[in-house]
Amino acid sequence: MNRPQNQDGPLVLGIESSCDETGVGIVRGTRLLANTVASSMEEHVRFGGVIPEIASRAHLDAFVPTLRESLAEAGVTLAEIDAIAVTSGPGLAGALMVGVCAAKALAVATGKPLYAINHLVAHVGVGLLRPDGGAQPFAGALPENLGALLVSGGHTEILRIRNITEDVQLLGSTIDDAAGEAYDKVARLLGLGYPGGPAIDKLARTGNAKAIRFPRGLTQPKYLGTAEEPGPHRYDWSFSGLKTAVARCVEQFEARGETVPVADIAAAFQEAVVDVITSKAVLACRENGITELLLGGGVAANSRLRQLTEQRCTAAGIRLTVPPLELCTDNGAMVAALGAQLVMAGIAPSGIGFAPDSSMPVTSISA
Amino acid sequence: MLILAIDTSAVASAALVSDDAPESVIGSFSTEDTRSHAEVLAPGVEELLAEAGVSGADVDAIVTGVGPGPFTGLRSGIVTARTLAFVWGKPLYGMMSLDAIALEVAESVDAAPEFIVATDARRKEVYWARYSLAAAQLPRLLDGPHVGFAADLPDLPVYGAGAGLYSDVVKAVPEFSSRQPEALSLGQFALARLAAGGQLLDSTPLYLRESDAQVPGPRKRAL
Ligand SMILES: [Zn+2]
Repeated sequence: MNRPQNQDGPLVLGIESSCDETGVGIVRGTRLLANTVASSMEEHVRFGGVIPEIASRAHLDAFVPTLRESLAEAGVTLAEIDAIAVTSGPGLAGALMVGVCAAKALAVATGKPLYAINHLVAHVGVGLLRPDGGAQPFAGALPENLGALLVSGGHTEILRIRNITEDVQLLGSTIDDAAGEAYDKVARLLGLGYPGGPAIDKLARTGNAKAIRFPRGLTQPKYLGTAEEPGPHRYDWSFSGLKTAVARCVEQFEARGETVPVADIAAAFQEAVVDVITSKAVLACRENGITELLLGGGVAANSRLRQLTEQRCTAAGIRLTVPPLELCTDNGAMVAALGAQLVMAGIAPSGIGFAPDSSMPVTSISA
Repeated sequence: MLILAIDTSAVASAALVSDDAPESVIGSFSTEDTRSHAEVLAPGVEELLAEAGVSGADVDAIVTGVGPGPFTGLRSGIVTARTLAFVWGKPLYGMMSLDAIALEVAESVDAAPEFIVATDARRKEVYWARYSLAAAQLPRLLDGPHVGFAADLPDLPVYGAGAGLYSDVVKAVPEFSSRQPEALSLGQFALARLAAGGQLLDSTPLYLRESDAQVPGPRKRAL
């Protein structure tokens, strides 16, 4: 593979298909040139959640048009591309398969090197991207002592990034539902439709979060332990119990023949989610020497999550960075951004023989 | 005319076929297994092109099997074909995957004048189609493709891996009872059909089944 010599860094095309967004992004080093996303979200609305087979069918039909549009937006040709990067996991197996096969075909057809990339680490990669005319969240290089809190419909994780191309560690994650999934399920319970995040966030503003107290999962001492002797789930989350508690609460109001106070429940539910996410994330940061935190994933759009994370980070002396929302949700630019970092670090490409891995660990930054 | 054919409706396979080559075969590969398409297809295509000394620019058209077949595997071939066609700027066609076996039946010694091709649709069902055969002609699709139980097939000889799986309830033709659709026969069929002035399909997958998603019913109230 020819190492790109230009100062701007390598021209990398990134492909994302791990959930319901088909994304193709193009970067030159840390400069964002194009970020084209086709979403099948509308097709999942009537089911109240992402249906993997519907997402996979949509990826198949969206891929080539999204690729074409992204190349046009960036004003580059495939011949000019230095490397291709693709999400190879974690994510929905059938959905990943479409992007991976497309990326491999692209590599075969163009002869360009291909990087199989970890989706979660790619969420961190956007911290390095400089949108046209916009500011770069981190100038030039990622800071030391960096952590990332990723919250979306598909994942909830806290990571420590010592080196984005070599050393990423999972400090904690959800042991059942992702936070965004819990929002979707509760929104359905409350008759608020899909996706649940924006609906609950909006309604919660009119409700009283203190009217009801919902449980914070995995916060009992037996799970938390102490800093010296951590329990089994010190930095982990669980949202399935919370979802059940909301269901019970709604049933009780109904059984008493009372009007269900939907706004209060939405507010109290949101408070429970956001409280436990931020308190555990900040705990993980403090105990692991993390002083810089990047917030990523679609739930980064949630106003209360941003507010409370900001507040608690400030109190703990942690600097919080939230990239522009279109880079927080799943997209191809984040895959390209991490791909460019791997190229610049001299990491060997993955070749075209790898298999997508729906449970790829964050310690595998590329395959 | 040089065609790159790809089919992943059952096994992963690809072939280079040309009307200039003997038996129209330039090269082909296929796997045994039906679950590793994402790993093996691209390296297989790359090797196929390299061994034949063929580049994308030399290919005149790309043909992809559009199924029916298990969804995830099927899509891996179609997205590969669509991407290659886009990058190389070549026309892309679809062929119904069961046609591959139908052509092989037509070329076999004592083919029945009317027959069924069936492959494994999982969930105890088969994908199937009915063909007729006239001397010196390509097999003609009469009915299908469909998905259903093997026991409900018309009473005709059944060719293909779907027959082998359910030989207790269908008239399975033993020599064909583990036969899967492959890109080589599909590409040959495509060449022959084009030569005869026939039309090919586009690359829309023939899923035959819905996505299985259930629209959730209204939540039961506590009262
Ligand atoms: Zn994501």
